[in-house]
Amino acid sequence: MKPAPFDYLAPTTIEETLDVLAEHGDEAKVLAGGQSLVPMLNFRLARPAVLVDINHVAGLDGIEVAADSLTLGAAVRQRALETRLPGQLPRPSAWGLLPEAVGYVGHQQIRARGTLGGSLAHADPAAELPAAVTALGATLCLRSADGQREVGPDEFFEGFFTTCLAPEELLVAIRVPAWPAGTGTSFLEVSRRRGDFAQVAVAAAITVADGRITRAGIALAGVAGGTVHARELEDGLVGQAPAAGTFAELAADYAATLDPPPDVHGPAEYRRALAAHLLERALTEATGRSSAAAA
Amino acid sequence: MTVPPTTAPTEPTSAPGTTGRGSEQTMHVEDRPAVATPAAEKSIRVTVNGTVHERTVSVRRSLVEFLREDLGLTGTHVGCEHGVCGACTVLMDGEPIRACLMFAVQADGAEFTTVEGLAEGDRLHPIQQAFWDHHGLQCGFCTPGILLTTYDFLRDNRGADEAEIREAVSGNLCRCTGYQGIVRSVQAADETWER
Ligand SMILES: Cc1cc2nc3c(=O)[nH]c(=O)nc-3n(C[C@H](O)[C@H](O)[C@H](O)COP(=O)(O)OP(=O)(O)OC[C@H]3O[C@@H](n4cnc5c(N)ncnc54)[C@H](O)[C@@H]3O)c2cc1C
Repeated sequence: MKPAPFDYLAPTTIEETLDVLAEHGDEAKVLAGGQSLVPMLNFRLARPAVLVDINHVAGLDGIEVAADSLTLGAAVRQRALETRLPGQLPRPSAWGLLPEAVGYVGHQQIRARGTLGGSLAHADPAAELPAAVTALGATLCLRSADGQREVGPDEFFEGFFTTCLAPEELLVAIRVPAWPAGTGTSFLEVSRRRGDFAQVAVAAAITVADGRITRAGIALAGVAGGTVHARELEDGLVGQAPAAGTFAELAADYAATLDPPPDVHGPAEYRRALAAHLLERALTEATGRSSAAAA
Repeated sequence: MTVPPTTAPTEPTSAPGTTGRGSEQTMHVEDRPAVATPAAEKSIRVTVNGTVHERTVSVRRSLVEFLREDLGLTGTHVGCEHGVCGACTVLMDGEPIRACLMFAVQADGAEFTTVEGLAEGDRLHPIQQAFWDHHGLQCGFCTPGILLTTYDFLRDNRGADEAEIREAVSGNLCRCTGYQGIVRSVQAADETWER
């Protein structure tokens, strides 16, 4: 047995889970899909005294599609985003960015257990789902025994494997707002092999009305110590007419501001070049799809 | 080590025979603790290849250790133990998962298929036969995982092309074959497996 000893709890209600987390505080760790936590336990990078398995908690794996929002329980499996969600979405829909992004997460065997909430709470800087929910401007619903709060991705993701979740807090749901008609999305990634974490990934949602970009949501993975919300690029796009030259210029300008960590696969400059290229392609693809969406 | 106090005992849970940590105290069924009592051991009931097994396991025993060491089903291999290599892939309620990234306690109530469940007596499953016929393996370490991944893939797909097959087995590392033999085997099984 590789992990250090721990005690195991499998609560069945959200309230019970919150009580347990309140009682054990930072001695406890939530176990969702286990696809990141169990490797950390096996390496003994994490040594919680109590493991709180949320796989039996009722009401954490719902998928609710309403006119103005899509609400996903934190424990919705990544595989369900890929196989169950698409059939429930209106067409076209900006929410389609989620199934698109999740296809890049690991392999089918990983997605079968891994959850949406687990990926967000883990906050790997190269992870796809944090970028997708950031681009879509989702709201994360957190609960503790003391109450609940709702935060946006900018507040939730604090950096390198760090979120604003307190030890006694549980991420319970992710609410993604509907985007206006005329919105198109794109998710693009470069990785060394199929299923690897992103070297660079780009998530984009863009609304075009009357030939002008009226709204843009763009985020990147793999280019910094955390998920990057490309606010300057979004601001630069709003008001522009979609055009190849504009996209190339804005993408290159934005990528030049990034300072990605160098690694064995290449220097910072390589990731900047990937970011510029992927951003340009994502803007082109998203606006192309948005005109299809408006038609 | 002591048993943590039972807070607010409620209805017995569906998980049978939960016990406290250590051997000095064993709970009776009647005073089975509320689910909110941490446990270091737990009784589980799992179905593997159609056979029901009931065992008490340490909560940090991984599913793959449970299959191999407690049930003696050593066909499922342990490789990296952090989800990357795919050697431990088994079907849980019909879906391929990593048996190294689940604890045996989490398997309570679930149904599994391991490589031992594929053949019928001496007759290899058509997928196994295809791997035999088309050199889909060399050392064989990755093979059990690849067979179960292939089983799931072919059950849901017919006539897949090479790119789709390579994608399907991308979560299982093989360091001998270079995958050509594996792709050929999957293609052959696609033809021969009546399903
Ligand atoms: C081989 C392999 C390849 C992978 N490739 C990728 C990849 O390409 N891209 C990618 O993004 N990921 C990848 N992953 C990670 C995978 O996506 C994980 O599923 C994900 O990072 C964590 O989700 P989980 O449900 O498994 O969470 P767990 O591993 O159970 O938990 C992860 C962390 O989140 C916390 N947590 C979980 N749920 C909650 C909650 N509801 N509230 C509060 N805290 C919570 C846990 O306490 C823990 O700290 C890979 C994993 C493996 C093993």
